[in-house]
Order: sequence, then structure tokens, then C-alpha cells
Amino acid sequence: MSHATTSKAAEPAAGHEPEVDRRPLARQRRNRVLLQVACILITLFMALPIYLIALAAMSSRQSLQKFPLSFIPDNFSTETMQTFLQSTGILGGLINSVQVGVFTLVLSLIIGVPAGYAVARFAFRGRDPYQLFLLFTRALPIVVLSVPLAQLFLQTGLYDTVPAVVLLHTALALPTTILITASVFLGVPRDVEEAARIFGCSPLQAFLKVVLPMAVPGIAAASIFTFVMSWNEVLGASILTLNQRTLPAQVLSSLAESPLAYRFAGGFLLVLPALIFIFFMRRYLTNMWGSTIR
Amino acid sequence: MAAPADARPQVAPAGPKSGAPRRKGNSAALLLIAPSIVFMTLLFGWPMVSGFLQAFGGPEGLTTANFTRMSQDPYFWSSVGNTLLLIVVMIPIQFVLALAMALLIRAKPRGASAYFYIWAIPLAVSDLAAGLVWLTVFTDRGYLNSLLASVGLQPVAWLAYDNYPSMFGAVLIAEVWRATSLVFVIVVAGLQSIPKDYEEAAGVFGASFWNRLWHVTLPLLRPSLQTALILRTILAFQTFAVALALTGQNFPLVVGETYRWYTGLQDPNVASALALVVMAVSMVTAVGYLKLLRDQSEAPQ
Repeated sequence: MSHATTSKAAEPAAGHEPEVDRRPLARQRRNRVLLQVACILITLFMALPIYLIALAAMSSRQSLQKFPLSFIPDNFSTETMQTFLQSTGILGGLINSVQVGVFTLVLSLIIGVPAGYAVARFAFRGRDPYQLFLLFTRALPIVVLSVPLAQLFLQTGLYDTVPAVVLLHTALALPTTILITASVFLGVPRDVEEAARIFGCSPLQAFLKVVLPMAVPGIAAASIFTFVMSWNEVLGASILTLNQRTLPAQVLSSLAESPLAYRFAGGFLLVLPALIFIFFMRRYLTNMWGSTIR
Repeated sequence: MAAPADARPQVAPAGPKSGAPRRKGNSAALLLIAPSIVFMTLLFGWPMVSGFLQAFGGPEGLTTANFTRMSQDPYFWSSVGNTLLLIVVMIPIQFVLALAMALLIRAKPRGASAYFYIWAIPLAVSDLAAGLVWLTVFTDRGYLNSLLASVGLQPVAWLAYDNYPSMFGAVLIAEVWRATSLVFVIVVAGLQSIPKDYEEAAGVFGASFWNRLWHVTLPLLRPSLQTALILRTILAFQTFAVALALTGQNFPLVVGETYRWYTGLQDPNVASALALVVMAVSMVTAVGYLKLLRDQSEAPQ
């Protein structure tokens, strides 16, 4: 943009000279148009499927049976969503999903924030092996953990409970939580902490009163990320539960015998939080993935 | 916004040399990381050992019978083939698309922040949900066939078991849609850390767009691209619910087979054997990951 305005501003100065080469300007305008066209095409690819599943979920059962389907919302109806929400295990699954997500978030913060602080602030012996250990666990597939954990939980009576899924999800989220909080604490200058100490704070006070408030936005972003991961995880939750399923596990296990309307409504309910999460996270996304994933 | 990127150069030298007194730092730090080590060891170490024993376990002692059963299952080899084919075709498409998207955003089009938001949404969509989203498009009486019918073309059974190319195409598109956002966000972050001077200098010396991309931007982006590549490969091995939601059992993937052996066929031993195969492949990739990581952290300093 800035280039375009500067060359425009230069024009009046050169106004009386007859031969002004306008081709670069035209080329630039054409490039801006092409840029917008490309952006719109990609946006269509990303947004259209979400529009379509929302449309399908908000249509009545009858209008879903019609062919061809209408591409505009002509008969809005909550019937499909209502039927889905009233089917067996869905409301319970929704409650379980929220519970699992919140407990996973809390547990991984309790264990992860101190560890992240240690990684950011102390040059302790074994810091590098510890970070490698975290990266190693990130690479372990969920399926490797779920099957043996199911056997263990069967023996200990934890099988088919919310805590069972919380333990698995915390184990999966913890490496990321630690790495993200470490990078958040790296962003809090060491000076402010030292200043607080000079003015008489204990290490704990300095942490609670000075460092933590500055780190809260980043930690909040990490928490949202943990919740999303737990909300989306389906394989482990299906293997570790039978009756106390989370929402995705419930949808997955009834996939084969459910009507299309049920699947569309389920898909829409699973996608919905993504729209909200990304909206709140968008400023942190590049930071989190850019600096912590390595 | 710029906090971690700014902090890094300050903190890196502050690490081993200055900082808290070493002994005090050691014990305090160990206290802080101890809960995580205990937790991770219990929840990762124990299952790994017991999963290993389970995979080789049988009625009378250790056996490889579970692996034999696994490999004799008609779905096994097709699930391996499908998983590998999906990865090989999907990853190049994802990288080209994500790179193009990141370069478009960097060119600061009008409404860039809205574009960024919409393009990042699939990042928070699970593979099950992505499968269901694209099911509305590809199912027999879905939106794609509706479009075809309304322009007078014959509807196609995209997800039919005897129509492998279109079934593969549907799974591929759904996975590309879902997982390109992750690569996109990593590449955008990588681009932000590259000073614009290099490219401007190359531009001043008359390098064309493609030359600047190939000789300046891409080499500087290498660390980000490597990270994204290995992360995506590891995650791609774990894909299964996209295919399950779209095609049922018609397009088996390895992790989906583990799920089937455990829940459908109720055989945890064969399920563990399959899980070990997934782990072995992921570990080979992860070792590559750590090697590249080490190269990366040494190169800039």
C-alpha cells in the first residue's frame, strides 16, 4: 500500500513532464487485484465447508432429504440439532467433554507452570535432557498410551470415568504446556523480578505479585490450547470409556449406525468451539507455534 | 506479540553464565520440575513397557503370534498402503499451499487479519469433525452432487468402496483442509522472524519474485519448514477419524485399525502390536526431528 501512495504523491511534482511511465503503477494495481483474488479463493476453500455443515445442521430433516440440496438457508430449523441433542449419550457426552477439558486444563497448569518457570529461569543441570524428554513424549502416538492405560484403569477401577480421560489428556498436553509457559516466562524481563526482590519480596511473592500477572495472557492462551486439544481428542477417550464417553467419542462410536442428519449435527457441534477458540487465540497463534514448537 | 522473539537473544547468554547461584538454582528447579517428571514417567513409561509386553503376550509366555495375526488381516496391508500414500501425496500439497497462504498474508492484502482468522480456524478442528464437515459435501445426496445436478450433470458416488480414486481424493481434501492451517501458522511465524532487508536488497539488485523466493526466503525459512515437516509427518501417522467419518471401513488407516481391533474385535494384544508399529515409525521420525532440532539450535549461534 505504502508504495502506491508514495508514487501517487510524486505525480503532481512531475506533473508537467509529458512522459510519465505509468506501466509500473498499472502492474502494481494488477498485482493487488490478483492478490485479493487469491485470498478470496483460499478463504472460500476454508470457510465454505463450515458454512455448508452449519447449513445442514440448521435444516429440517425433510429439507435434508430433498435433492438437490439448497445452498441458501431457506427453511431454518432447529429440529435436526434438537433431535441430535436429545439422542442417547449426547448431553452426557457434552458435559463429560467440558469436565474433561476443564480438569485437564487445571491439572496441566498445576504441574506445567512451575516446570515452565524452572525451564525459563534456572540453568539447572539436566535442563537439556529434560527438554528432550518433553519433545520425545510429544512424538508418542496417543494410541500407544491408550491401550495399555485402558488395561491399567480396568484393574484399578478407574476405567470408564472422567478422571481416566483427564489423566491421559494431561499427559498429552503437559509437554506443550511446559514449553509454551517456558517461552512466556522468557518474555517477562528478569529485571522486574530482581527489582521486586530488592524491594523486599520473597521469591514466592516476587513470582506471585510481579511475574505471574505479566505472564497471565500467555498462560491463558496455553490453557485454551489445552482445552481445544482435549475437546478434539477422540481415540484415547473412546478406548478409555464405555458409558462415560466424551462428545467426540460418543459421535465416533455411533457413527456407523447413525443417520446422516445426526452426523451433520454432531460435526457442527464439534466445529463450533473452534470458531470461538481461534477468535480469541489469533494474536497468540504465531507466537505459540513459532517460538515454542522447536 | 514480539515478546519471546525479543527475549531470546537476551536470555540465551544469561542461561548458563549468570543467573541464580548454581546450587540453589539446581535444587529449586528440580523441585519445580519433579511433579512433571513423576507424572510423565507414570503415564508414559508404564504404558510403554506394558504395551510392549502386551504386544508380545499370549496364553503361554512371549510370542509373536499377535504380529502374525495383525499382518494376516486383510485390512492391515491396505491400511499401511493407504496411510503411506496419504502422507506422500498430502504433505507436498500442504506445504505449497501453506507457503502460498503465508506469502499472501505477508503481502498485507486488505482485510489480512480477517483472512488470517478464517485460514486458521481448521487448526482447532479435530479430524473426526473435519471428516463430518466434508461428508456434507461428498455424500451421495450432499452438496457437491447437488451442485452437479443443478448444472445438469450426473451425480457421482464419491465415497463408494469401488471408487478408490474419488474416495482417496475426498479423504485427501478433508485432511489438506484441516491440517494445512498448522503449517501455515508455523510458516507465518517463520516469515516474521526474517528481516525484510534481505529480500529488499535482493529486489534492489534486480532479483525476480521467484528468484527471491527460491534463493532468499526459502533458505531462511528452512528451520520453520523442517519443524513443520516433521511435526506434520508424525501427526499424519495418527490420522484415522477423517477416513472413518467419510468412508466407514472402506478406507482403512493404521490407527483406525488399532481402534477396530480394540473396540470392535476386542483383542487388546493385536491392538498393542499395531500400536507398536505406529510407535516404531513415529520414533524413527522423531529421532530425525531431534537431530534436525539440534542442528537448528546450533546453527544460528
